[in-house]
This record gives sequence, C-alpha cells and structure tokens, in this order.
Amino acid sequence: MDMNEIKEIFFQECEEQLAELESGLLKLNDGDRDPETVNAVFRAVHSIKGGAGAFGLDDLVSFAHVFETTLDCVRSNRLDPGPEVLKVMLKSADVLADLTNAARDGGSVDEARSRQLIKELEALANGEVPQASAVAEPVAPVSKAAPVAVAPVVNDEGFQPVAFSFDDFETDEPASMEMPTYEIVFKPKSDLYAKGNDATLLLRDLSRLGEMSIHCDMDTLPSLDRLSPETAYFSWKVSLKTDKGEDAIRTVFEFAEWDCDLDVSLVSGETAPVGEELPMQPVPFDLSILDDEPVGPIGVIEEEEQLAAQQEIRNAAVAAAGTASNVLQMAQSAARAPAEKSAGAAASAAAQSAAAQQAAASAATPTIRVDLDRVDRLINLVGELVINQAMLSQSVVENDANGTSSINMGLEELQQLTREIQDSVMAIRAQPVKPVFQRMSRIVREIADMTGKSVRLITEGENTEVDKTVIDKLAEPLTHMIRNAVDHGLETPEKRLAAGKSAEGTVRLTAKHRSGRIVIELADDGAGINREKVRQKAIDNDLIAADANLSDEEIDNLIFHAGFSTADKISDISGRGVGMDVVKRSIQALGGRINISSKPGHGSVFTMSLPLTLAVLDGMVVTVANQTLVVPLTAIVETLQPEAAAIHSFGSNQRLISIRNSFCPLVDVGRILNFRASQANPVEGVALLVESEGGGQRALMVDAIQGQRQVVIKSLEANYTHVPGIAAATILGDGRVALILDVDTIVAASRGQSLKPEMSLAAAG
Amino acid sequence: MTYAAKNLTTDGRELIAFRVGDQEFCVNVMSVREIRGWTPATAMPHAPSYMLGIINLRGAVLPIIDLSARLGMKPAEPTVRHVIIVAQVKSQVVGLLVDAVSDILTITDDKIQPTPDVISSEFERSFARGVLAIEGRLICLIELESVFPQEEREAA
Repeated sequence: MDMNEIKEIFFQECEEQLAELESGLLKLNDGDRDPETVNAVFRAVHSIKGGAGAFGLDDLVSFAHVFETTLDCVRSNRLDPGPEVLKVMLKSADVLADLTNAARDGGSVDEARSRQLIKELEALANGEVPQASAVAEPVAPVSKAAPVAVAPVVNDEGFQPVAFSFDDFETDEPASMEMPTYEIVFKPKSDLYAKGNDATLLLRDLSRLGEMSIHCDMDTLPSLDRLSPETAYFSWKVSLKTDKGEDAIRTVFEFAEWDCDLDVSLVSGETAPVGEELPMQPVPFDLSILDDEPVGPIGVIEEEEQLAAQQEIRNAAVAAAGTASNVLQMAQSAARAPAEKSAGAAASAAAQSAAAQQAAASAATPTIRVDLDRVDRLINLVGELVINQAMLSQSVVENDANGTSSINMGLEELQQLTREIQDSVMAIRAQPVKPVFQRMSRIVREIADMTGKSVRLITEGENTEVDKTVIDKLAEPLTHMIRNAVDHGLETPEKRLAAGKSAEGTVRLTAKHRSGRIVIELADDGAGINREKVRQKAIDNDLIAADANLSDEEIDNLIFHAGFSTADKISDISGRGVGMDVVKRSIQALGGRINISSKPGHGSVFTMSLPLTLAVLDGMVVTVANQTLVVPLTAIVETLQPEAAAIHSFGSNQRLISIRNSFCPLVDVGRILNFRASQANPVEGVALLVESEGGGQRALMVDAIQGQRQVVIKSLEANYTHVPGIAAATILGDGRVALILDVDTIVAASRGQSLKPEMSLAAAG
Repeated sequence: MTYAAKNLTTDGRELIAFRVGDQEFCVNVMSVREIRGWTPATAMPHAPSYMLGIINLRGAVLPIIDLSARLGMKPAEPTVRHVIIVAQVKSQVVGLLVDAVSDILTITDDKIQPTPDVISSEFERSFARGVLAIEGRLICLIELESVFPQEEREAA
C-alpha cells in the first residue's frame, strides 16, 4: 500500500468524519445537549486534525486545531453552544470540508473566509460570546453569571468535586478550574518500538496539549558492552500543564498503552473541595450500580444491566453538571449510596463501562469497502440468474402440462430464492440519501447568508435508500432547486413578518419510498408561485398565447420551460436563465418525473419521483413492424388511438395529428429505424405522445402496445456498438432481446437530423 | 495468452474448422468461447446486411454475424441446424453463424500455405490468412479481427 492509497483512505474517513461533525452540530442546533453529541463532534474534528498532521496538511491542521480548541470549550461547558455559536461552528465545518477537499484535489480555498472564521473561533474560545446570548442555559454553572474567559474562574462551586470525578468516565469536564498540572511517567517497553511507534512522536503530541517540561530518565541505560540494541531503556517524566484533562493525555498514548508503563497523575491545580461539601464526594462515584453488580470481569455482567448502569452514570453526569438545585438530588442519592464503597473501585467500574460503551458504539455497524465493479458484476450475474430461472420455468410449464410434478414446486422455491437474492444484491448498491441531504444544509446556509434571509432546513427520511448512481446524480438538480426555493421561494424576513409568518423561513426536504420509487419532496413556506407574473412572462416569451386559458396547475408547470426565471433581478444564486428546465431534464434523464404544486402565500412543493435504481427501467413494451421495442415510460405523456379524421398530411411526406386543437407531428418509429420501407397507416396503430429534450411534443407511431413492464437495462456497446435511435437493450421474459428506444434521438431524427441512415444503408447494400 | 503464444511458436496449433455454404474455414480455437445452436435474433436498425441481429447469451447481448454474407457469399437462411460460434474478438464477444462445425485440427505452422492469388477481391484477401490441405479438403484459415474490424462496425 503506497502513500497515496493511505491518503485516499484518510480522505474517505475525513468525509465520514465531516458528515458526523455536521450532523452532530445540527443536533446541537436543535437543542440537543447530550454530552455524547458534543464528544462526537469533538472527536470528528480531532481525528481530522490527527490524520491531517500525519500527511503534513498544515492548513487543515491549523484550522482544525482552532476549531478543536473552541469545541473543547463547549465540551468543558465553558462555552454554551447557543445559536450564534453554532452558526460560527457550522460555517467552520463548511470551511473544514473545503480545506479537506482542497487538500485532496488541489485547488484553493477562500482564505479570507477561513481566517475570519479562525478569528471568530478564537474569540469564542476566549469567551467572547457573540451577541447577548448569555441566556442562562440550565447546563451553565450557576456561578457563571457572565460569560467568562478561558482563564478559569476561581473555583468556588459547591459541586466542584462532583464535576471533577466525571473525568474518569469521559463525559464532561469540570466547569471551571485552574489549569491543572499532570505528571506523566512514560516508560516504553521494547515492544513499543517493535510495533513502529516512536516515543518522540508521542511526546510531541503530548506537548500540543499544553505547556510541558520533559525529563528523560536514563538511569537504566547499561554500559555500552551490555547494551542490547533492541531493548528500551529510557523513560520520561513529563510535567504537563493542560486544561484538556487526563483523557486527552491518555488519548495520546492510545495506540501505545499496551506497550508501555504509563502513569498519569494530577499534581496541582485542583482546589481542594470546600469543606462542607465533603459529604458529597461519594456521590458521583457510586450510584446504586455498585450494589447491583460486582466489580468483576465485564463479561459476566448482563448487557442490559450494564446499559442501565451507564445510563445512570450518564444521568448522574448530567445532573452533576447541572445547577445547584441538583445538589439536593445528589444528597439523596448519596444517602442511598453506601458510604464505605471505595471511590477507586467505583471509578474503575465506571471506566470499564465507559470503555464497553465505546466499544459497543464502534461495533454498531461494521462495514467494509468494496469495489463498485465487483458489486456490479455480482448484480449482472444475478440478473442473468433471474432471466435464466424465468426461462427454465417457462420451458417446464410448456413441457409439463399437468403441473403437478415436484419439479414445479422446486422451481417455485427457486423463483423465490432468486427474487430474494436479487433484492439483497440490489440493496448492496442502495445507499441512504443522507450525504446529499447534508450537502443541502450547507447550501441553504450559504444562500441564506448571501440573500440575508433566515432559513431553517428540515430534512426527513434521510435514511431512505436508493441506488448509488441515482444519489450521485441527484445532488445537482437538488442543489438547483434548493437555491431556487431559498432565493425565489422564500421572502425576506421583513416581508415574512408583514405577512404574519415567522421571520425564519422553512425549507423541508423529505425522502420516502412509494410504490417502488423514491419520492423526494422539497417544500418551502414562502410566497408560492406568483401566477400572474409567470403567466405574463410566458406570454412575453411566446410560450403561451395571450388569451390562453390555463389551469393553475398548468401555469405552475410553466416554470419548467426553458429560460424561465421570475426573480425580478438576476442574482448570482439563481436565475441565470438555466432554470427549472435544466432540473426537469436532469430528473428525466434519471427516469424520474417532477411536479410542482403551489399555494399563494403558503409556499410551493416540488415533488420528484425517481426510480430506485438505474439498472432497471419502467417501459412500455410495443410492437413495431413485428419487432418488440421498449419505450421508457418516463418519456410518454399519453397514448391515444388516432382517428382518420385527426390525421392531416403536411408537406411532401409529413403528417400531423390533431390533439385537442393543436397539431403534433407524427413520427413513424418503424420508418425511422428502417424496419419498414413505407409509412404505416396511423389509424391501424397507436400513437404515443412523447415529450423530448428539445421541449416539443411528438406522436410516435407504433403498431400495438403489449404492456407495461420493468426491464433490466443491458448495454449494447459492450459487444456491439452504439446504434442511433436505440438507448440500450433488454431481455424479456421469453429470453428474447428487445431494444429500448432513445426517444430524444428518434424525435431529433424526425426533425430531419440524420440518424445516419444513408451511411448504414450503403454499408448494408 | 501465454498458452496461445506457446502454441504459435512451437509446432502445434489448434484450429476449429467449420462449413459455410460449400466451403470450409477455420479459426484459432483459442478465440472460440463456445458453440451453440441458432436462436432467432432481434433485428437491429440500420445494421449492415450481414448483421443478423442480437441474441441473449446468458444475460449479455450478443451480436450475430452471418459469416456467409460477410465473406461475400449468399446470405444464410438460418435454421435450427445452423450453429453459432461464440468468439472473442479483442475485448468484444460476437457470434458467427455457420452451417456446421466439422473438425478440430492440430497443425503446425508449416502446413499453412499462402493464400493462392486466385482470390481477386482485396476484401477477401484481407481476412484469408492462408489455406490448409487436410485429407484432400481445402480449408481457409481466417483472421477474425479482419472479419469483424473495429472501424467498420463503428461506422455502421
């Protein structure tokens, strides 16, 4: 594995950490004050920093470091994560993502922005809370009347000892205390070096935690003739002044702790507990867990009990960090707790359960990374299996008229099994839409900033799964729509207030499964579509006649026409003339449909319905000149049986069909594909009204409709070559190959653009 | 690959012989993936006349070439007795419709005689690699890559 591969893994992990970071921050934004959430956020930034350091990505490290410092203030309750603070943090998460991307792909980042944020973060870390967000959160220590600087207030809180004790089980750090000094004795064993660790690096990491002085103990070093080159002789005595707590110190030695003797002890900085509070001391350590279970091998403890115990510890932790009113509560639990229980045992039990908890968290969803090619190959093979099974069933049915044999039963079981295999294989490619949705929250933030609007993005159903190819192609149209929703849909805060709504606009992004498709809804509570304006614009652009009588729904759907933007002024966010028509086209390219419904004054809802996978397609199976063809269902607007009176000849060989007083060119598919020499009689066939990329409608003539079916898409290019007018092939239930029409090229060919027929005819001749 | 190369350099080379119309042809056995019976093909629009269409080969789409028409003889009228030789040509797999597979030959390179210059057409000369005389029969060794050349197919 070379360096680039390792780096690639790092960046993949970064992506995961960034997602974790963002979702954690959003949770905090929604008022979640779970210390575990704060820890998760902190861990994410910390891991990115650590990895970036290993690759020498200095920009990333320095930004992550400042970010981490500020987060640490939140973690240690010195900074209350109010809305203003979180706003800065979310922006920082964006910048961190930018820096990560820049480090991976090259390219530059907005340095002014990251410098600005570094300043803001540092200001936060120094206790300069933006605005007057000194609204006392219940979590804030009571004595902390005003925002305090990092330099801690002299500790005078009653529950000080309580808070300290929680360090041991990694929940919260004490609210405020002197910068404690730790003495660390670090004595590596030779194994440490054998495993490729380096004491220098560990000590360097340690030095980043705070002010430190090192003394190297070389007493055990033998004389040169007795020196064994592979034995570790040195040990270090480090005195470290840090506010990060013992955990941070132990984290440094995380991967080395089995191979060294490590002793971390607190030597100063802790003010002795105030006298009258001394009875409180056992409280945090014990709780009733110790009554319930022996401090023994962790394995023998029932899992539920353990969870309950952890829960209790957590509760206690939250309570302990709470206000003074909790003191009473604690006194009660102290009364319950047997006083003679040793504090040390309690701490170790707590540490054990904390470790178990962590292990459980990391073991929750074991995943592996697999090459997409391998998955695709598996999917192909299973597709073949399904077709094969269908063919086998058919031939058994044909040859075994009574249908009583055990073969039939076996076949049925086989059929169920293959279905199940197919479903589970398809599920491998399915991914939750979460990453795309998370990207959207960033876009909302940025546009809200640019437009000066206050927007809240609510996402629902982000664990809805859909094929990876669909996810990859979903981001672009969705971005466009979100931009539109914020820029055009939502009003400015003033207008909102005037309309009697809250100043903050809401954009709701929902994903759900519905009848074998994924439905994504984007709803805003803005002004809705201004139908008069849309209508006027459509008239100005000659899209509709001035006296056209359109339903509200038809007017709403006009925005999907090319070059349609109703924003009064063109902003750099949206409205560059590439508008909803592009969105509609890319959704259609995915085999999806998009619809809008709007209520003036209450906002608009865009509904997209997409296939769960691009490997299958809903198609209409039709017959043309004795050939079976498949027309993608998404292209078809309606089907109709032409009457002789509706067909009009036009020009030399064109024919038009009149549909509800408008004329639509008739396209004979069999003629275009050269399946027959002369045009078929339209009255004998069926017309499929299709909408093509160019926007126009065409009536495709086919001989008959066989039915509607979901078909598996097979590439023609793999063994043959691209055929104009044909998108791909598929295999029908009887084992025959059918061609899937490329409606856009067929329509283009009917306009006179060559489908290259002359050349092929020459080759054929 | 190494096996094929060895076959070429040492004395042995295996060829698969088949009948098209009243003539016999052969190709290197290493490029043949399988031999199967004829199943009706789905016609392709705007395809050359020797392109019979595509069939389903265990889930993959396989184009079928009427070798008779391709070699300038009269187009075949496929029946159930016809045979499809599934062959690998570069990275693609194609099916060749022939009348019947007749033999597997093991020959040495010196048995291959140069193509007699009675073959007038440039096109026919381009895929004939030589002729073999086996038990009084004339078998023409053909090069699949020129029967099914990349550029021409892309133009079609």
